[in-house]
Amino acid sequence: MAEENKYFQLEIITPDRVFYKGEASMVEFTSVDGEMGVYKHHIPLTTVLVPGIVTITEANGKKEAAIHAGFVQILGEKVTFLAEIAEWPDEIDISRAQAAKARAEERLRSHSADVDVARAEIALKKALVRIGVKG
Amino acid sequence: MASMRDIKRRKGSIQSTQQITKAMKLVSTVKLQKAKNRAEQSNPYFNYMYQTVTSMLARSGSMNHPYLKAGSSQKKAIITIASNRGLAGGYNSNIVKLVTDSGISKEDAQIYIIGRKAKESLQRKGYEMKGDYSDVIEGPTYEDASAICEEVLGAFTRGEIGEIYLAYTHFKNTVSHEPTLMKLLPVEFEEAEIKEADSNVLMNYEPNEEEALDLIIPKYMTSLFYGALVEAVASENGARMQAMDSATSNAEEMISDLTLKYNRARQGSITQELTEIIAGAEAIS
Repeated sequence: MAEENKYFQLEIITPDRVFYKGEASMVEFTSVDGEMGVYKHHIPLTTVLVPGIVTITEANGKKEAAIHAGFVQILGEKVTFLAEIAEWPDEIDISRAQAAKARAEERLRSHSADVDVARAEIALKKALVRIGVKG
Repeated sequence: MASMRDIKRRKGSIQSTQQITKAMKLVSTVKLQKAKNRAEQSNPYFNYMYQTVTSMLARSGSMNHPYLKAGSSQKKAIITIASNRGLAGGYNSNIVKLVTDSGISKEDAQIYIIGRKAKESLQRKGYEMKGDYSDVIEGPTYEDASAICEEVLGAFTRGEIGEIYLAYTHFKNTVSHEPTLMKLLPVEFEEAEIKEADSNVLMNYEPNEEEALDLIIPKYMTSLFYGALVEAVASENGARMQAMDSATSNAEEMISDLTLKYNRARQGSITQELTEIIAGAEAIS
């Protein structure tokens, strides 16, 4: 028997564009419950994303991208990401990300009452993901 | 008959108006192209979003989730999207009419306004403005949309408002735009669509369904709202393009009319001069 085709359809869609559309054998990402890797014929699943790095394994190598907020719908043959923001490494402004990281850390350290901790944490996470993808 | 000088002056002023309307038309055409592209690019996102949310709700239709039922408050929020600038035909007044004819009384309505023109006329009619985000329409981004949605949703979860509506102009195609009033929350779907989505495979949710809904419904709302913003920009420019096109052709018509009148007046004055000279010559001889 011939080897079964191990590729599935992968789409990453943001409000501004279709970020990625192609065939992949595996995709890894971070959901609210932790890191996940998906192969073909995964059980149908809808889960919510947290800021993280998405690694796409294609026929000819791996690709990485930063994804912030959204959710993913997994069907056996098809995986669809609906992300609010998605960026390839070469689209990221590293100095801006580093500045954002410093700002968020500063806010978290200050502990003053007018700091929205949850928001600062998200900002910090986003900055770290951007730096991580770039590095 | 008006004097030659008057006609000439009138013609000149119409000509300069025509130049302005022509330029505005060109600008709107370019902007329309851009806005149309953006609207098309964001389409897949909304389609998927809609599909996902319908299939989720199909499975959990009877769920007792706060986002799926109206709040206890009588107040209704209307997010109204119009434009900051006029000269776009009936674009702004159609939206205002949509809000006033929506069947939601002035006392119950809380307007979150985008677009200074509509704000002015709704305020004159006595509507309460809850928030003004007019600058957003100049270049809508997804972040803007989510910030506004967060604020309106906050009011919903605090129980200050019972329902959320969205009034915007739906962009059908370049020449046809439709003012549309859409209910954002509580989420409601047509029965038929739910049945169709129901044939989907059994879906699992992680975290559980309720938490997933908690996270996804605000995103769903934001995406609808962002889509409406992008479409409204396209509609605005489409409406302005049409308005300026007809203004330009009206000016053209008036100019040709005035040119005819001017030539007549000039011929009249020449004829009169000739008659006077001939009469004078005859009187001398």
